[in-house]
Amino acid sequence: MEAAYENGLNLKATELRLGLPGTDNESEPQTSSPCVQNNNKRSSSEMDTEKQESVAPPPKTQVVGWPPVRSYRKNVLQQQNNPESDGSGMFVKVSMDGAPYLRKIDLKFYNNYFDLLKALENMFKCNIGVYSEREGYNGSEFVPTYEDKDGDWMLVGDVPWDMFTTSCKRLRIMKGSEAKGLGCCNL
Amino acid sequence: MAYSFPEEVLEHVFSFLCSDKDRNAVSLVCKSWYEIERWCRRRIFIGNCYSVTPDIVIRRFPKVRSMEMKGKPHFADFNLVPEGWGAYVYPWISAMSVAYPLLEEIKLKRMVVTDECLELISKSFKSFKVLVLSSCEGFTTDGLASIAANCRNLRELDLKESEVEDLSGHWLSHFPEHCTSLVSLNMSCLGSEVSFSALERLVGRCPNLKTLRLNRAVPLEKLPNLLSRAPQLVELGTGTYSSEVRVDIFSNLSEAFSVCKQLKGLSGLWDAVPAYLPAMYSVCPGLTSLNLSYATIQSPDLSKLVSQCPNLQRLWVLDYIEDSGLEALATSCKDLQELRVFPSDPFGAEPNVSLTEQGLVTVSEGCPKLQSVLYFCRQMSNAALVTIAKNRPNMIRFRLCIIEPQAPDYVTLEPLDTGFGAIVKSCKELRRLSLSGLLTDRVFEYIGTHAKKLEMLSIAFAGDSDLGLHHVLSGCESLRKLEIRDCPFGDKALLANAAKLETMRSLWMSSCSVSYGACKLLGQKMPRLNVEVIDERGPPELRPEICPVEKLYIYRTVAGRRIDMPDFIWTMDEDAALQHS
Repeated sequence: MEAAYENGLNLKATELRLGLPGTDNESEPQTSSPCVQNNNKRSSSEMDTEKQESVAPPPKTQVVGWPPVRSYRKNVLQQQNNPESDGSGMFVKVSMDGAPYLRKIDLKFYNNYFDLLKALENMFKCNIGVYSEREGYNGSEFVPTYEDKDGDWMLVGDVPWDMFTTSCKRLRIMKGSEAKGLGCCNL
Repeated sequence: MAYSFPEEVLEHVFSFLCSDKDRNAVSLVCKSWYEIERWCRRRIFIGNCYSVTPDIVIRRFPKVRSMEMKGKPHFADFNLVPEGWGAYVYPWISAMSVAYPLLEEIKLKRMVVTDECLELISKSFKSFKVLVLSSCEGFTTDGLASIAANCRNLRELDLKESEVEDLSGHWLSHFPEHCTSLVSLNMSCLGSEVSFSALERLVGRCPNLKTLRLNRAVPLEKLPNLLSRAPQLVELGTGTYSSEVRVDIFSNLSEAFSVCKQLKGLSGLWDAVPAYLPAMYSVCPGLTSLNLSYATIQSPDLSKLVSQCPNLQRLWVLDYIEDSGLEALATSCKDLQELRVFPSDPFGAEPNVSLTEQGLVTVSEGCPKLQSVLYFCRQMSNAALVTIAKNRPNMIRFRLCIIEPQAPDYVTLEPLDTGFGAIVKSCKELRRLSLSGLLTDRVFEYIGTHAKKLEMLSIAFAGDSDLGLHHVLSGCESLRKLEIRDCPFGDKALLANAAKLETMRSLWMSSCSVSYGACKLLGQKMPRLNVEVIDERGPPELRPEICPVEKLYIYRTVAGRRIDMPDFIWTMDEDAALQHS
């Protein structure tokens, strides 16, 4: 390979030095590049063995934004392929009436309703109270509700936990005053 | 010379000029041509919303009727641009609401649009006709309700893959009963169910409706109701394409499709059930565009389907199609121009389908018009790329994503420099290229030497040194957009090619080796560039100057520094040193 690039650069004018392939870039500042392990040039045969040895991968850590698949697409596929979800979490948005912004939680993180409600109480600094089958969260300042797969708004706690986690699309913590007078689950 | 041609004549002549390039050229001829042209320019396209201000645009072009604008860098699609980065459209809408009362069209991509914006649009522009929000976010279905309710002559409402806060499906019911002007409606990105009867009535009373893209919530059994009311449809996006298998549903569907004689494009097909695919066979011969990228059907059914579409020009599909399905495609679809194959399981460690480089090679052999490719796969070889290059010198867009970063040629274990080199050497009209796999500086030398028409280049986990970046910046004459992530490119190439950056729209570099010091220097040297350092670790001033920045976004601008930046972005300019005290 000819060194045509050497001629075109007018290196003196820029006072920068660009090395030829195969030479060390000794003027390269020693910065820690968080990404690439092999900054130095190497001949292809060396590289082969390096690559092969390092190719036995430990459990994959996901690189942000790679492969470059849009979240929009990822979400749709996830819903289709994994109704019980795979290892990558079941994130749902949580809104609370009166709060300026939403939060997101991973439903897989919790084992039961008690844990979930405690976490929500902590996150939003609110009082959710105790669920009862007959009266829901009657008397509580805040009432947790969720939108299920059919688009209906349900009271958190009505269905078994596993059914809840697979059908819950998003959560909304309503003011207790708005939820009063509800005999059944549809809001 | 200014007296020889009356203005009206010149204006009439200029009205035939549609491309911005031509209009810009005309503006440079002389002062009077500049003046005449600017008063009659009706469409503007702003590729980077921060390259200019609303005031500057409005001052120069007082009579605009259609505006198109883009905001966030492309890598925002892959979560590389932090939340709060910017691209707020409100200042533009606000200024235009005063300056352009006759505005008819707004098309935005990757911008933050609020309900407030949508309401302002709906109330400010009496002749408003077209709203396209592509990959936008920040608004809710309440904003859509304003548009539906107030835009009396709305022709097009397209929410292409935007992230909409879906409060309810009620917005659709806000279209007044006397609204009959719709030509195009794309609500495929919405989750909530709309009132079906409202939708039915809307579709039924819009005789010019040509494009209808439903959302997943519209059940398959109801699709015939809509099709029978809109047999003139040219583009259809179905809702969910799944239902319990029933003969009556099938025959209704089949009959409904058979009435749609103009149908050229089909999409949607969520959860597609193979049993219902034959219902659409009657429209297949007429299809030029087919988007199966949400259809989780397997290769045999996919093969059968594409074999029925001899006029297909564009196919988007999941890798379930496999090499065998691509073979069927290559055999049946000789007019194919664009192919996109998406991964069904992008994060799986092992391949879940038999889709390899062979599929792409086969299509490149069988489809002489193939010019645009987006292909996700798990293995590639130089030999395959060389073959593809030889088969398809007419390639214009080539985006290859080998899922494993830095994956070598799986046969020889060499870098894929030769393969991509063959692509740029052979495909002289190549405008867009995305690289992947194991690549050294050599591939960039090939690109710099041969890719003279290349306008957009995407690089990830590639290269060895600054030489790579230098080849690209110094060699690619037509380069407009360069986006780089996780490459060992540092200060030298960037500083040596600073002037090049003014000829481009933008440069994105993240997880590379560009130091804060170099960013400052660049910002100070180049007043017509905004050099923006994005660093969520805190102010770069608190770290040594040689420390590399997390992310860097550089773009040319006449607007000066941004004033809407969040606290993790810093503009490098003469005041950079004074900013942080």
